[in-house]
Amino acid sequence: MKYQSQQVAKLYFLGALLIFSLQIVFGLAGATLYIAPTSIPVDLLPFSVIRMIHTNALIVWLLMGFFGCTYFLLPEETENELYSPFLAKLQFWVFLIAAVVAVGGYLTGHYDGRSYLEQPMFIKVGIVIVALMFLFNCTMTALRGRKTVITNILLMGLWGIAIFFLFAFYLPANVVIDKMFWWWVVHLWVEGVWELVMAAILAFLLIKLTGIDREIVEKWLYVIIGMALFTGILGTGHHYYWIGTPGYWQWIGSIFGGLEPLPFFLIVLFSFTMVRKGGRDHPNRAALLWSLGCSVMAFLGAGVWGFMHTLSWVNYYTHGTQLTAAHGHLAFYGAYAMINLAMFTYAMPLLLGRPPYSQSLNIWSFWILTSGVIVMTLALTGAGIMQTYLERGLGEEYMDVQQQITAFYWVRLGGGVMVTLGLVLYLFALLVPGRAPATSRLGLSSMS
Amino acid sequence: MMVERLTKAAARNIFYGGTIFFFIIFVALVADSFHQARVIEVSNPISHSVAHGKRVWERHACFDCHTLYGEGARFAPEIGRVWLKYGGQTDPAGARDALKAWFQAQPTGVDNRHQMPQFNLSDRDLNDLIDFLRWTSAVDTQNWPPHPAE
Ligand code: HEM
Ligand code: HEM
Ligand SMILES: [Fe+2]
Repeated sequence: MKYQSQQVAKLYFLGALLIFSLQIVFGLAGATLYIAPTSIPVDLLPFSVIRMIHTNALIVWLLMGFFGCTYFLLPEETENELYSPFLAKLQFWVFLIAAVVAVGGYLTGHYDGRSYLEQPMFIKVGIVIVALMFLFNCTMTALRGRKTVITNILLMGLWGIAIFFLFAFYLPANVVIDKMFWWWVVHLWVEGVWELVMAAILAFLLIKLTGIDREIVEKWLYVIIGMALFTGILGTGHHYYWIGTPGYWQWIGSIFGGLEPLPFFLIVLFSFTMVRKGGRDHPNRAALLWSLGCSVMAFLGAGVWGFMHTLSWVNYYTHGTQLTAAHGHLAFYGAYAMINLAMFTYAMPLLLGRPPYSQSLNIWSFWILTSGVIVMTLALTGAGIMQTYLERGLGEEYMDVQQQITAFYWVRLGGGVMVTLGLVLYLFALLVPGRAPATSRLGLSSMS
Repeated sequence: MMVERLTKAAARNIFYGGTIFFFIIFVALVADSFHQARVIEVSNPISHSVAHGKRVWERHACFDCHTLYGEGARFAPEIGRVWLKYGGQTDPAGARDALKAWFQAQPTGVDNRHQMPQFNLSDRDLNDLIDFLRWTSAVDTQNWPPHPAE
């Protein structure tokens, strides 16, 4: 670690892991209610509150992770200290307190808005203030330092996140218009500007881990994010099929949504090519595994599972079934959870001033967490196919169908238990100092 | 390899140009759809009670269990056409009473059945919420879902 101000990233990484753990606890509770619907008293904690905490915690920890990743890599990319480490710390505490207050509010019935955007108005305003503190700090740091393509793309993505979040404040009375613009937050985030953030962080990691030449990485980056936005912007059409919008979206959504796997495929090609060409043997093997795993799982979750239901004549039958939840889990995990976990794995030993201990524990956690999410995804895919057939195909009632597919929900809960175990191992690997293997007693300087 | 023949400056310019190009097309199409969505309001007006009913829907996070036009959570049935399922087209007063009775009977407490909370809605909130559900049932969703409840 070359710059003192990179230390603020540690706070963000720990906060993110804490909220990730909260997300998983509520995921388990939600999965339990699918199997034993009366096991948690509904007046105490209804499914709706469990789900909003689960999904909001997901978004908050991923964003907190992105903030931390940015604070970690920005000094190295721009070759100067952060503009204001104090502001970065203040921003963290404001964000964390807002998150805690929001969860407390949810548990006592204070929410308002739409899916993923249930935060009461003052929390939403708080999020905007946090975003402004962050963007100001990062933009000032970037302006006075070295200009790199990675910084440029990362900041573009982060500004985009903040700008599209503003549509959370637009709540028209016309449901059709409301839904159209809800997707300006949700879709233009995950299939738009978040991809810029992911690509930039991945590129940074690959440069550090493989020693590949920056010049080559930068050209790839522009091609990848170009592909992402050329397909992703009009790909929003795959959400405008059945919400009261005109029929032409079925063409646009199918064509551009159908092309959306391309950038994810390029990311796989990119990361494996860089590793082949790079040739540096970095001692933090776990970080490289997470980075490569991220590109592959993002392709599977977003590319393959997304393609499965993006064409309008398929989506007509699968829309709003568990297949959507299957895709949501694998895509969010593969693309955005894993890129964060990769960066934490790379950066935490440097921030804590230790050699990358507990490599094998971390590698185990990679396989268990990832397998757990795959099991959940396959179970929900099975449930979704049954639901599509029985409900959309044969016209059976929703609740009658649910009672026929509980076996799939048991398997999903099993996958959830694996995910929990994987996370516990990951936390151990990262936070508890292990014994250094005799072969890798290397100085820290050779590792960064 | 395509990527190798391209210069970095060219890749960058294609990125900026293409993004602006596709975003303009997107905004133009959304503007057209926005206009058409406003036209719906002529035949299916958004009264104060419909607008307030939507706020009731939002403040109780109904979408965190139900889907509306297939969006939301998947813990409870689709709601877009529920007004028709209760016979609102032929007997609006009967449908309204039946829906109110349904809300007030929750939670059922029946084992092995997903539970819906008791929201203790006021009579005004109940009426407005039902007006909102009546409004959603009249929107043209390109024949989705495949088997609408009627
Ligand atoms: C990492 C990127 C992605 C993430 C995190 C993601 C996540 C999600 C989530 C959470 C939903 C459910 C939204 C809701 O209704 O609440 C969803 C829906 C959907 N996604 Fe993705 N997605 C990604 C990429 C893609 C890609 C690349 C495609 C197309 C190839 C795609 C196609 C779809 C479609 C068609 C739906 C609507 C499903 C339905 O009709 O119910 N997604 N996505
Ligand atoms: C212990 C592990 C987990 C369990 C048991 C679990 C369970 C659940 C449940 C029950 C829901 C509600 C589904 C519904 O609306 O009916 C849900 C939604 C969701 N979860 Fe998880 N989850 C887990 C981990 C994760 C992870 C690791 C991620 C992402 C990194 C994730 C992302 C999501 C998303 C995006 C949704 C909304 C999906 C949609 O609306 O389609 N979950 N989860
Ligand atoms: Fe999408």
